Amino acid sequence: MNKSSVAYIVSIATLIVAVWLGVSIGTVKIPVSTFWNTTADATATSILWKIRMPRVVLAGLVGASLAIAGAAFQGLLKNPLADPYTLGVSSGASVGAVMTLFFGISIPFLGNYTLPVFSMVGAALTMFFVLGFARLVDRTMKMETIILTGIIFGSFLGSVLSLMIALTGEELRQIIGWLLGSVSMRGWNYITMILPFIIIGSFMLWLNRRELNAMLFGEERAHHLGVNVKQRKFMILIGGSILTGSAVAVSGTIGFVGLVVPHMTRLLWGSDHRHLLTLSFMNGASLLIICDLIARTIISPTELPVGVITAFIGAPVFAFIFYKQRRQGAM
Amino acid sequence: MLDVTNITGGYGKEPVVKDVSFHVHKGEVLGILGPNGSGKSTLIKIISGILPKIRGSITIDGQDASLYSQKEFARKVAVLPQLHAHAFSHSVLETVSLGRYPHQSGIFSSWSDEDEQAVTEALTLTAITRYKDTLIDLLSGGEQQRVFVAQALAQEAPILLLDEPTNHLDIAHQQQLLDTIRRQAVDKGLTVISVFHDINLAAMYCDRLLLMDEGRIAKIGFPQDVIIEASIQSVYKARVRTQPHPELPKPQITLLPDMKQEKLSFTVNREDFTTSSEYVVLHAGGPLKTLSSAVHNPGLGWYRTFINRHVDLNYNCDDVKVEMASYLEQQGFSGADTVGMMTAVATEHVEIGEYNGEFGTVLIAVTAGIGNAVDVSEALTRDREQRIGTINTWVIVNGELPDEAFIQAMITATEAKTKALQTEEVKDPLTGTIATGTSTDSLLVAATQQGEHLPYAGPITPLGKLIGHGVYDCTVRAIREYKKAKGWIN
Repeated sequence: MNKSSVAYIVSIATLIVAVWLGVSIGTVKIPVSTFWNTTADATATSILWKIRMPRVVLAGLVGASLAIAGAAFQGLLKNPLADPYTLGVSSGASVGAVMTLFFGISIPFLGNYTLPVFSMVGAALTMFFVLGFARLVDRTMKMETIILTGIIFGSFLGSVLSLMIALTGEELRQIIGWLLGSVSMRGWNYITMILPFIIIGSFMLWLNRRELNAMLFGEERAHHLGVNVKQRKFMILIGGSILTGSAVAVSGTIGFVGLVVPHMTRLLWGSDHRHLLTLSFMNGASLLIICDLIARTIISPTELPVGVITAFIGAPVFAFIFYKQRRQGAM
Repeated sequence: MLDVTNITGGYGKEPVVKDVSFHVHKGEVLGILGPNGSGKSTLIKIISGILPKIRGSITIDGQDASLYSQKEFARKVAVLPQLHAHAFSHSVLETVSLGRYPHQSGIFSSWSDEDEQAVTEALTLTAITRYKDTLIDLLSGGEQQRVFVAQALAQEAPILLLDEPTNHLDIAHQQQLLDTIRRQAVDKGLTVISVFHDINLAAMYCDRLLLMDEGRIAKIGFPQDVIIEASIQSVYKARVRTQPHPELPKPQITLLPDMKQEKLSFTVNREDFTTSSEYVVLHAGGPLKTLSSAVHNPGLGWYRTFINRHVDLNYNCDDVKVEMASYLEQQGFSGADTVGMMTAVATEHVEIGEYNGEFGTVLIAVTAGIGNAVDVSEALTRDREQRIGTINTWVIVNGELPDEAFIQAMITATEAKTKALQTEEVKDPLTGTIATGTSTDSLLVAATQQGEHLPYAGPITPLGKLIGHGVYDCTVRAIREYKKAKGWIN
């Protein structure tokens, strides 16, 4: 059995275990048999299908989206510190989402999808502003330049967000509160709202797996290998923005998932994007399901926002990668 | 194969490359040379489509290059980049496999046998099969560059563009890389266009060279037509001298650094010679440019010590050169800095003369053994091995000589020696005619290369006159010494 088969088996197994833990652990213990046992306790079935499953599935989808987007951004920018959060793209998506609520925007033919679509537009615009500005500052787009630009844009958009929240009425404040990084109390309709976009976005990135491999050697090299760099780059940035926008629209800003997951996956299974993207997708789902589980059980009955847990793991990993990269650079 | 017609282009508004046209045919290796900023890398980038062209056209295989899709173009043209660092690491196999990208299509794009074969062959050609599963970060610069050569070869494009491919590589890796590429050109008909920083490497490995100057073609042609002192000096603004490659019919250049002032000033005098029963030795105050037919360090070179060693009449050795080298070491001479000759004549019988001219002095040292005299005009009829018997002649000039003057000095000295044999009526014992020399004569001309510039050394030039007179004089006296020692005369 080759290495990539092992990688897929391990990742799938982890995901199954994560889902199992995610649905069964909580204030009420739900036996996993409730899934198939038709004679199970009605309350248990109700908790499983109405509360736990939507939450686990949503956490999984959000984690998967952020992780695969992170993997693609890192490959495209050849920057191991890039992810939707560090690039400020998540903040852009939040602003897009909050604006929709704040101004009560509802575009007729988009209907339910208005929120995620605005969120994606916010993500995409921020992405292009950040990269455009970083290029303006430093044509070689050094790692630090991109991240600093992300921080600048992230802080600015964060303050816009705070301002909008401060100006909203009491009832909206609650909704907006959800957007600060949580996957609780969403229900199936949120899943159906973002699922199509996640499928489209992930597929767009997956189509570019070989191109991403080529772009790890730089855009010029990719061009020489026959990659239509402009077109592919655009496709990857849009795909990443769609995924970030969808994730943020339902869960707010959850940091570092897109950083930690691809990094770990790469460490374990190598940086070939033909596998890295899919594996990151699965591992991202597992990680966020576990993090959400921790967030809601660690100081039960109080729930922590899941972003607290991801940041708690993510920030040290960020520091570690930064240290390692700089040490390499110094040599 | 590839036609570049009136290409103008570059980074900004001001074009870096101006109106460049050339043609490369299949299997040819074209080198692009030029000083920094002359536009050679820009030219490669325009051809490979990285930089836009303002005017002109590029035709590949009869079709305008701009009509090819990105993948089609990559199937025609592969590019080998300069080495640089990467943020993430692929394995060697993954990296080389990427070279197959332009040959794959469709969403799932399966890996074909053809792909597999191209990758395997590329790994073999570059001798990196054993690193297949290693991450490229863990390889040395030279090995990494081989991985990228393999990637480019796996691409199986008929044209390969290289931009200073040997940058940051040590000479062994430079040679390996260029040998591999050259072999592909010769064996497989790969067409190669490469930017070179190193003029000598370019001259060795390229069929033709293109010399760029300020964005335009200064010269294009065979290496011997491009690597010319005058054109290199005017384009690069550096003082150079060309010289032949020792093995290939290719010109090479050497820088002429501005170090005249540092040169140690010295002259060679009679007092620098020491004579013993073992050898005659000259210790010069500085290195002399020397051309000789000596046993140790023959040919052209710079040497400080010169030795004419006495050996027994029955001296016989399988490898004279090795024996001579170990003898010099035993005697405490530096093997690298010494020119060594041998003679069966007693070295006390050396004749050394110092001759004054208007320009300076010439020193002549001769040992003459004529037991083996030969009339060269009758030598064809000879059939037996000769015994040892040698006239060794040294000509040391306090002056600066060009190469041709060294050769003229050798002719003049030889003529003077022959005349001396005539005067002394030295005969070839086999033919009974007047001998012209002996069968194993050696000659050395050395000059301090400072003081007056002496362009010629023919028989009636100031230098030639002194050499002719001095060699004749010393040789006659040396022959008389020899005859006296043999008891033929008093």
